[in-house]
Amino acid sequence: MTPLARIPRPTAMVPTKSMRETFVDTVAGELDGDPRLAVVLAEISADRFTEVAERYPERVINVGIREQALIGVAGGLSLTGMRPVVHTITPFLVERPFEQIKLDLNHQSAGAVLVSTGASYDYPAAGRTHMAPGDVALLDTLPDWTVHVPGHPAEVPAMLRTAFAADGLVYIRLSERGNAEALAEGPEFRTIRHGREGVVLAVGPMLRPVLAATAMLDVTVLYAATVRPFDAAGLRAAALSASPDVVLVEPYLRGTSSHLVEDALSALPHRVHALGVSRDAELRAYGTAEQHEAAHGLGPTEIAASVRRFLGARSA
Amino acid sequence: MTMSTRSDTGPGHADLPALLNRLSGDEKHSFAAHSTLDVLWVLYDRVLSVTPQNTGDPKRDRFLLSKGHGPMAHYAVLAAKGFFDTDLLDGWGGFDSPLGFHPDRVLVPGVEIGSGSLGHGLPLAVGTALGLRAQGYTRSRVVVLIGDAELEEGSNHEAIALAGRLGLDRLTTVVVDNMSSTHGWPGGIGERFAREGWAQHTVDGHDHDLLREALTDTRADQPLAVVARVAERGADV
Repeated sequence: MTPLARIPRPTAMVPTKSMRETFVDTVAGELDGDPRLAVVLAEISADRFTEVAERYPERVINVGIREQALIGVAGGLSLTGMRPVVHTITPFLVERPFEQIKLDLNHQSAGAVLVSTGASYDYPAAGRTHMAPGDVALLDTLPDWTVHVPGHPAEVPAMLRTAFAADGLVYIRLSERGNAEALAEGPEFRTIRHGREGVVLAVGPMLRPVLAATAMLDVTVLYAATVRPFDAAGLRAAALSASPDVVLVEPYLRGTSSHLVEDALSALPHRVHALGVSRDAELRAYGTAEQHEAAHGLGPTEIAASVRRFLGARSA
Repeated sequence: MTMSTRSDTGPGHADLPALLNRLSGDEKHSFAAHSTLDVLWVLYDRVLSVTPQNTGDPKRDRFLLSKGHGPMAHYAVLAAKGFFDTDLLDGWGGFDSPLGFHPDRVLVPGVEIGSGSLGHGLPLAVGTALGLRAQGYTRSRVVVLIGDAELEEGSNHEAIALAGRLGLDRLTTVVVDNMSSTHGWPGGIGERFAREGWAQHTVDGHDHDLLREALTDTRADQPLAVVARVAERGADV
């Protein structure tokens, strides 16, 4: 193992301010300086925007529990030149109004910044209705989306500000889960650790269990906080300098980015192993996020075993 | 019926049948196309401030055709008003034509939204009205046209309640009523809007003077609904 960069120490330390709180604070600050910015809510988090809603009643719009209108209104705002920031819990933002996303945003050529909270299983006691592990896969059926999966609250403000200043379609997937420190530096994948036996690509909050799982393995660890566009060149370079055996670890539906890994490595013989939220069965369980992580094979122990099996199978 | 006969140099209402005839090959949608023709003409000729010259002006009035399966009348009116060359009408629906059986705002000058899937125009119109209001364009009107059967889509009812409560007085919904809703609207379509705080008129959808009167009767702090009654689906043409 040849650690070139300082290896972040995985800890279970909870950041003092959550991604969601960071999002609210950043938006509130940016509303002051950017007259184009408008926030569209469907009750969720509206209580956190009360103060700015009083200051900017025409630019902080709570449509009530109306998720089709949530996206339709955002599309209309965008058509007039505004920059809508749309926010609610993942399933109600992406799944319920999916045709509105396809038609009221993409098809109208209207931009928007969609910011979800809850990720795949952040509110496990709430059950399946509040889980949306298919969000990124769904958006992946549409062109032109930039997708950020931050792994730490301190990564969120820069992503938001970049998205606000642009015109296109941006999805930012906030989570209650997070890494020990902020590591995202831009849209490229960042090399956290160099190794020789393979490459483990950890997306967003998956870095924490991946670092714990690979502490004793001679692998390169890449960190991705932006998955669309997909840093194919970064992955290719890592595979060439380590080995073209890639483990993709995503905090949403297993294999969501496999097609892009395949495209990135198409010029060299390679193997890909994807980890993520199970596609095989609906997990009918409540409990804690850690329990769901383990059940989907995404805890440190499960990832370590899976990576060892995959790398060990190479010579078989 | 009153025919509008403004003395502009361009094509007038009387030229619309000839323009419509150039749009051949979509018989199944012809009823919808013709039921909207008079409303569209009145809007573009006598109500809205939108012309080929101001399509890039953020303060322009906007017409959103939500009932996108009847675009022939819209294309004919846009061509008559000079938004695009009338020659484009001949090849509509072809691979290279910007004019599809459902309109695409990115391809057609003067088309504000792409539509075809029902129930999208009214929520988009609410957002458009909110965007104009937030930018201080308080005189710009937003008119969206839907059908009485399209009204069945739940997304409309989210938008109707929201617009009423937000008092979007520059927003107007025209419901072209050809009685094609399978389960109907007890109490009338206008009542659906009135209950949510909208001003509403129900008028003959072919009478230009009545349409103009209804479409210009906007009220402070209230959105406006105009139900334009036309012949029952299948009964005309």
